[in-house]
Amino acid sequence: MASNKKYWKSVEELNENSSIVETLRQNEFVEEIPVDEFLGNKESLESSSTSRRDFLKYVGFSTAAATLAACEGPVIKSIPYVVQPERIIPGVADFYATTIADGYDFASILIKTREGRPIKVENNKEAAVKGSANARVHASVLSLYDNMRVKRPKIDGSDVSWKEFDGEVSQKLRTVSDSGKQLVLLTQTYASPSTSKLIAEFKAKYANVQHVVYDAISESTALDAFEAKYGERGLADYDFSKAEVIVSIGADFLGDWQGGGYDDGYAKGRIPTGKHGAKTMSRHIQFESNMTLSGANADKRVPLSPTDQKVALAKIYAGVTGNSISARNLSDKAEDAIKKAIGQIKQAGSKAVVVSGINDVDAQSLVLAINEALSSEAFDKDAPKKIREGNDAAVNKLINDMKADAVGGIIMAGVNPVYTLPNGKEFGEILQKLELAVTFTTKEDETAQQSKYVAAAPHYLESWGDVEMKKGYYSVMQPTIRPLFDTRQFQDALLKWTGNEKTYYEYIKETWQTGILNGASWNQAVHDGVFKTTVAVSLVDEATAAIEEDAVSVEETEEVELTTSASQQARKLASTSAAAGMELVLYAKTGMGDGQQANNPWLQEFPDPITRASWDNYLTISQADAEAKGLKNWNVANGGLNGSYVNVTVNGKTIENVPVIIQPGQARGTVGLAFGYGKKAGIQEEMQTGVNAYPLYEGFNAVQDVAIEPVAGVHEFACVQLHNTLMGRGDIVKETTLEIFNTKDHHVWNPMPHVSKNHEMIDATDPGADMWGEFDRSIGHHFNLAIDLNACTGCGACVIACHAENNVPVVGKTEVRRSRDMHWLRIDRYYSSADTFEGDVEKKENMSGLFGEEGSLGGFLEMENPAENPQVAFQPVMCQHCNHAPCETVCPVAATSHGRQGQNHMAYNRCVGTRYCANNCPYKVRRFNWFLYNQNDEFDYHMNNDLGRMVLNPDVVVRSRGVMEKCSMCIQKTQKTILDAKREGRQIKDGEFQTACSAACSSGAMTFGDINDKESKVAELLEDDRMYHLLEHVGTKPNVQYHVKVRNTKEA
Amino acid sequence: MKKVNHRSSVSRILGIALVMMLAFSTSLFAQDDAAAKAGEVLFKANCAACHKLDAMSTGPMLRNIEARLEEEQGLDREWLYKWIKNSSALIKSGDRYAVAVYEQYGKRQMTAFPQLSNEDIDNILAYTAQEKVTPPPVPKLEGEPSTAGGFSSEMVLWALIVLFGLLALGLFLVNKTLRKFAIANGTVNVEEESKKPSVWKAFVQNQFLVIVSVILLLLGSAYFAYGYFMQVGVDQGYQPIQPIHYSHRIHAGVNKIECKYCHSSARVSKHSGIPSLNVCMNCHKNIAEVAEETQQEGLTKYGVDYNKEIQKLYTAVGWDPTAQDYVNEQKPVKWIRIHNLPDFVYFNHSQHVTVAGVECQTCHGQIEEMEIVEQYSPLTMGWCINCHRETDVNFRGSAYYDKIHEQLKEKYGVESFKASEMGALECGKCHY
Repeated sequence: MASNKKYWKSVEELNENSSIVETLRQNEFVEEIPVDEFLGNKESLESSSTSRRDFLKYVGFSTAAATLAACEGPVIKSIPYVVQPERIIPGVADFYATTIADGYDFASILIKTREGRPIKVENNKEAAVKGSANARVHASVLSLYDNMRVKRPKIDGSDVSWKEFDGEVSQKLRTVSDSGKQLVLLTQTYASPSTSKLIAEFKAKYANVQHVVYDAISESTALDAFEAKYGERGLADYDFSKAEVIVSIGADFLGDWQGGGYDDGYAKGRIPTGKHGAKTMSRHIQFESNMTLSGANADKRVPLSPTDQKVALAKIYAGVTGNSISARNLSDKAEDAIKKAIGQIKQAGSKAVVVSGINDVDAQSLVLAINEALSSEAFDKDAPKKIREGNDAAVNKLINDMKADAVGGIIMAGVNPVYTLPNGKEFGEILQKLELAVTFTTKEDETAQQSKYVAAAPHYLESWGDVEMKKGYYSVMQPTIRPLFDTRQFQDALLKWTGNEKTYYEYIKETWQTGILNGASWNQAVHDGVFKTTVAVSLVDEATAAIEEDAVSVEETEEVELTTSASQQARKLASTSAAAGMELVLYAKTGMGDGQQANNPWLQEFPDPITRASWDNYLTISQADAEAKGLKNWNVANGGLNGSYVNVTVNGKTIENVPVIIQPGQARGTVGLAFGYGKKAGIQEEMQTGVNAYPLYEGFNAVQDVAIEPVAGVHEFACVQLHNTLMGRGDIVKETTLEIFNTKDHHVWNPMPHVSKNHEMIDATDPGADMWGEFDRSIGHHFNLAIDLNACTGCGACVIACHAENNVPVVGKTEVRRSRDMHWLRIDRYYSSADTFEGDVEKKENMSGLFGEEGSLGGFLEMENPAENPQVAFQPVMCQHCNHAPCETVCPVAATSHGRQGQNHMAYNRCVGTRYCANNCPYKVRRFNWFLYNQNDEFDYHMNNDLGRMVLNPDVVVRSRGVMEKCSMCIQKTQKTILDAKREGRQIKDGEFQTACSAACSSGAMTFGDINDKESKVAELLEDDRMYHLLEHVGTKPNVQYHVKVRNTKEA
Repeated sequence: MKKVNHRSSVSRILGIALVMMLAFSTSLFAQDDAAAKAGEVLFKANCAACHKLDAMSTGPMLRNIEARLEEEQGLDREWLYKWIKNSSALIKSGDRYAVAVYEQYGKRQMTAFPQLSNEDIDNILAYTAQEKVTPPPVPKLEGEPSTAGGFSSEMVLWALIVLFGLLALGLFLVNKTLRKFAIANGTVNVEEESKKPSVWKAFVQNQFLVIVSVILLLLGSAYFAYGYFMQVGVDQGYQPIQPIHYSHRIHAGVNKIECKYCHSSARVSKHSGIPSLNVCMNCHKNIAEVAEETQQEGLTKYGVDYNKEIQKLYTAVGWDPTAQDYVNEQKPVKWIRIHNLPDFVYFNHSQHVTVAGVECQTCHGQIEEMEIVEQYSPLTMGWCINCHRETDVNFRGSAYYDKIHEQLKEKYGVESFKASEMGALECGKCHY
């Protein structure tokens, strides 16, 4: 055993009296067939209008009808192209480089298209900045085929043509412009050079135009601080691969902090590298209140309330720079942690980096000052990121102007302020009164309902565009499909309204050729999707720039105080008094982000990496606070999680009936609530889940003083938390510390389990321990998937990529609650009890008997005392493709069998649905189709409409009711790679073999390849000391490797 | 599933007779002018790519061109020599009519033929000056029985049935009457006869025989029931009528066009691909009509007017043969798919065509002989597996197999391996 830590997956598991835990261990598929419900009730049976005779008649008739219908094959028609496009070959996928820039997610990606349909998002490995897609970006391809999209322009809710629309709007534009009132462009962050230029031209054409950029979840404080310090509006960039010590104060940089995209750099530094015995990895200390992905991955996590975080940051500043600042004392633990963190930062010097997510200009300035003082190598201020541009002051001014009737018209694009503004309702009322209110939107959302003019906007996969994500790093957005509907993008409309005859494509091309490319090829840039330049680019000429200046001058008056020195700011932060009551920390969930894609069933069903709950948002609360308030979470007989409700009140605004989840690691005195849920407009009924947290986002501050009040009622969560217990067999996640890893032999920290043979203990992998004969797999390919637990951040991109690649169905909230989720790949999240590792072992060894002082019954409970602040481990689990698979031997119809390439095959057409295989699988990775999930009105998700079905991968069959399915190790992809090589008559290079998950994994946690290719990376990883197999002692010989998690616990 | 009826041999004989007749009639009309014959050869070799005698093609129609030019434009044979030998020079020289023709045909220049002598051109003109031969109207064959051959086989059959029926009835009546007579005469003892145990009764009384025959009956019916159910969903011989009568016999057989010229994606894709219509137009831009013999053969032997079928193609792609341009609306053709694999099977053409080098005919049969394509193979799993068991893997010339083949040879000491030995029987190779 690498560690004797006892892992637990739910608070419920800590409850010794919980019968549910035991029940679930014994019984995986808990749902009984409700025979009694029906047959037991005599009255209902008798009152039923269908008699036994009728029933038999129906059965007879339908059997006969089905038999007759089956005899004649249907006539299938095929319609080829009249003129086939040169590049499209039916059956062969094409890849196009493009860019997503929806105002929240920015990434350079590749789009896989089949017969002209985009079906999958892949990472663009050539992109230097944000070339990897997160879970939401992977899911965005399904949003293209959203049935709820606005299909054509509308005026007052009725469909019109673009000609009528243009006519009315341009006339109104004139009137507003002439009236002397403001004409406002309220847009998302485009970070687009061409759009900026275009808006400048628009300003030149019409009088009194204001351009306000609005981010639903604002990073304005960081932008303000950066602007004040460096005179340029942007966000400092960080390269965590260069950092040896990472200290984060409330910054979830593995999540969506400042636009996210830091996980690949971070993961690089987390894999122990270097000479044997002296391997190094980064040390990550996280101070935070909500349990975030970053906190879960940290070596040391300190729960701290937001007000305390400010003080902590001031103290770290003082410690690092040597200034003395008087501040109130925090708890002993926190003080100790801060002291040690300062020590380590100082020790690492320029190899350290400090980041913060505190929504405060002072705090953000201080972070810049600290990194500057450290001259941190990971800190990049010269080429700032531009993926957030929103300006709180400008938005506030706009709202005030609108209230004061100084605004005549507004054109909105990519924003939904009625939903996302704290006072959205009021905003909506003003919108209705305006002379001109145009909104460019893909959905008939809250804002569209209040606007007279609804301009149908295309999805990003149907649009042209350009993005400068980081200074000097450009990306191109190109359409990958013809517009599905009668839509027009915002920029094309602006061109039209400024009297420009060009299309936006021509406009971008011209902009690039004159300003950006500097002689380089435009076609090459479109082909690559990215373009890097070191030449300074200025596209907006000076006259228009002057106008821009006017617009922003308003804000600068408010930022005078920014000029104060860092030490003053630190003192100001240090003087933050402790919060009197509870503090609410608003955050964005990995799956939902700011809520733009709320109508995307993949994202709704995506289990949150931390809570493992899907289809919901909820108030996270610490165990201590929950007990004090009498709030509870409990599991019911079908494995579902139930929870209490509370009313959440901020500044007199109350959100009623918010469900509560008890979150280990949540800082005491704080609660968390996610944005992006509770949408009601332009969204299917099934997807109208959760509560809207935006009304509490007062002053664009994610931290609010809150009052919570328990109310009656029970909430039913769809949580995959207690699902698929590994039958109490421990030793699942092996982990060790860097010190032991470096100093001890791998038998100590990664021991091979032993089994007894002839009363002698032998290795579980010893051939003598095997009752099966071994096949020779040394010729041809033998696939292995390696998963490095050190690099896995739990981001979940692989889960959605797998969903998209393999046509995995969406089953809906009630089915997920019944443990019937269909994800082929799940990311198990385990909490552990932290700190006293040795103490735990000692205590466990000293246990004797069941009861008493040292009894195991009380002892385990004590030892596993609901961790105030647990350590967390993520472990992606999919079919392990065992060479000696337990599922194969129990299938009565041989529907599942083994291939010589190491893959465990599943022949769906052969499966009769006995589910023996799922029962016999020690990893619980098999998924059963309880219902027909496609073309079934009961499951009204994307597979139930023609548009949504366009996302299906034609190389993978859509499974029917009553069959088992599971991870195939993307056999369709490996087979394609082999076929390509055969056709081209060449050998296969390492890295060519990919699965959907390994291709999606940007952190390098998943490596796929052929272990018979001795040069391959995965073959090398197989021999690594850290390598182990899941449940090795069962003797299944899996083809999925795991690599022991190493934590850097070294303190200063 | 519809099938095309076999034509009766009578009609086939008629068709041959017709062809013979036509052959004679042409020779009747043929002039003894050898020049025209030589001209025909030259015309077919040089001019036919762009010109037709009686229809517009890339260039104008050429029947009686010399006379028409003389009549309409007052141009003589000298002008034609110049034009044919080097039309561009003539246009450049500013010749009025040359420029007019050039403009009229979309500024497409006619290829120069300096290699043709004046005599050659004379011969060609002689050929074009021939009268058009109008074939005698083809007698309609479809449906109506021809009188010359007497009764159709069907009628004979019916007549025979009626005859036999009458005979049987007659015999029965005779027997009955005779019996009546016999009983009346007392020759036969009725009671005695009824006491005599019949074979049927004896059979029924013998339990062993009954059991054995019941078992045999059940086994037999099970055998046939199994056979019947096993062919459900197996559409071997499926031969649907397509919206355009496309003859693989003419294209792949007579004209020997390579399969993968049209089904090009079979080389690289899982689909063989139904050719898009622009592929058809590569040739059919110039082939608006089939040869006269082919047309006759189609009409008599297959009951198809090939020229009409080509017109259907033009309608579909929006091609206007007179304007020689794509001007009309496109109307995609809804072909009826013949080979239908179930969704749960993954089949890749390129794997078999390019990698394994399997001939198209192996699975699709003698396509080049099929006037109407039918499903040749059963497309059952047993059929797939059988081929995988019997076929050697083609290792040669592929760097992919080099190492694998070496290792296999070393391990098993044999040179060739069946596909099944390389994993081609694994479920997951086709079902995912």
